[in-house]
Amino acid sequence: MSISKDDVKYIAALARIDVPEDKLESFAKSLGGIVQYVEQLQELDVEDVKPTSHAVPVGNVLRPDVIKPSFTNQEALSFAVEAKDGSFKVPLVIE
Amino acid sequence: MSLHQLTAHALLDILKSRQATPREAYEAVLERIKAVDPKVKAYIHLAHQEPDFSRELLFPIPIAIKDNLCTKSEEITCASRILKGFKSPYDAGVIERVKKSGGAILGIVNMDEFAFGSSCETSCYGSTFNPWDLKCVPGGSSGGSAAAVAADETIWALGSDTGGSIRQPASFCGIVGLKPTYGRVSRYGLIAFASSLDQIGPLTKDVRDCALMMNIISGYDERDSTSVNEPVPDYTKALVNDVRGLKIGIPKEAFVDGLNPEVRRSVEEALNLLKKLGAVIKEVSLPHTPYAVATYYIVATAEASSNLARFDGVRFGLRVQPDKVRKNALLDMYEETRSKGFGDEAKRRIMLGTYALSSGYYDAYYLRGQKVRTLIKNDLDEVFKDCDVIMTPTSPTVSFKVGEKLSDPLSMYLSDIYTIPANLAGIPAISIPCGFSQSGLPIGMQLMGKAFDEEMLLRVSYTYEQNTEWHLKKPNL
Repeated sequence: MSISKDDVKYIAALARIDVPEDKLESFAKSLGGIVQYVEQLQELDVEDVKPTSHAVPVGNVLRPDVIKPSFTNQEALSFAVEAKDGSFKVPLVIE
Repeated sequence: MSLHQLTAHALLDILKSRQATPREAYEAVLERIKAVDPKVKAYIHLAHQEPDFSRELLFPIPIAIKDNLCTKSEEITCASRILKGFKSPYDAGVIERVKKSGGAILGIVNMDEFAFGSSCETSCYGSTFNPWDLKCVPGGSSGGSAAAVAADETIWALGSDTGGSIRQPASFCGIVGLKPTYGRVSRYGLIAFASSLDQIGPLTKDVRDCALMMNIISGYDERDSTSVNEPVPDYTKALVNDVRGLKIGIPKEAFVDGLNPEVRRSVEEALNLLKKLGAVIKEVSLPHTPYAVATYYIVATAEASSNLARFDGVRFGLRVQPDKVRKNALLDMYEETRSKGFGDEAKRRIMLGTYALSSGYYDAYYLRGQKVRTLIKNDLDEVFKDCDVIMTPTSPTVSFKVGEKLSDPLSMYLSDIYTIPANLAGIPAISIPCGFSQSGLPIGMQLMGKAFDEEMLLRVSYTYEQNTEWHLKKPNL
């Protein structure tokens, strides 16, 4: 299976990446090559195989709900590009 | 020997007998960095804070830290433009442990951007170079850590390993590198690449140092929900020079086409030596390991695409707003920030992972990848019923020239063909030096062990090391 320039545009939009027109071709080529390589997984019969999401299974880990010292509002905002009223500020979304 | 050339355990002996102070050792290594780092380029920056030498602590050893381990007040960027300027407000679990033991942080070392690479070339700061041949790569992604150790620009270093990122550079630079069992070392404060595969581990000059570092960094941490609450042994007790009766499995799939003949010869010679020392060698089969790289590039990129979604210009790091409105102001900011902030390989992997998880492809790629992961894990479990360790080369080749594989991502990915299975299965694996190529580049061999049996890896590695001298060789810089 190959990857077209339109595929790259579609995936890039999902990934919130802007790929300029002149780079679509090279990403299509390199992504296509990798997708072709991973096609080999289709050879295997995995019908009755359970998926592994973690190699060392640890179940839901619970701990007592106790308040502990953490970052102050000021510390958490110390890297914000823009902050206002103790919050992160982002560009206007809704007019 | 000068102080900077010492192993941690040799330096500890000297400090204990008061022949030198911790500050003298630290300054000796800083001098070495000044002298050779302009050539090697292992360091991104030196530590802003000088260590506290006023307290008497157990391990006042100079150490280098990979650029993805949060270290308080230091700029930590994963070698990416998107995190430039991010000064960590806290210490990772391992950094807390290192500092508590007395560890003297020298600085932050280079890596592939977000650990996406096997050569240290995708760093936004530029390449690090292999101390054995400055035209060659140090391996990756923990290339800065490995090069710094090999060049005596640190006594030891911390790295992280998602598909071979500790072991492959250790092999390329002629040092020891261990990826511990998944859950053995806390990932709290490690900037995540693929959360089900990432593990922090030591890069050291010999096997004894590897055991010492494991004593410092191992153990449960409730802040990492995948941390495993198992007792931590004294790893130095595993340093026994005896492999008699131990069973070493040799997977027949490992010694096939594509394996460099010099690497093959060195690993076979190492095998013969272990046999002479009393180990029992057994040919085994891991029939699904040829699918490991394909499985990895589905599972790891899917996890990465999700983990890297947090770099969006909102809370930290870079933010870029395009001049013109394209979609809407917020969406434009996300896209422009990520486009300017990530390098090409990061973009490629994020897009690949996004594709594998996208509607219509999830079952064919991601779910199938997770199922093949089970098959690979089952293969290893089966072999470990009758073997103490499994031995392979660490990488199919020695180090390659800077630039050689950069334009061909797939050939770069195949550099990790032997190291990936251990990450997929969560088991520990070590790389130790076992020879040199005609061109003078180091060769490494890999030992994989059962989950939480790092001690067996250390024992076999230590025995091999005690009977060889590869680990004593130093590059001319």
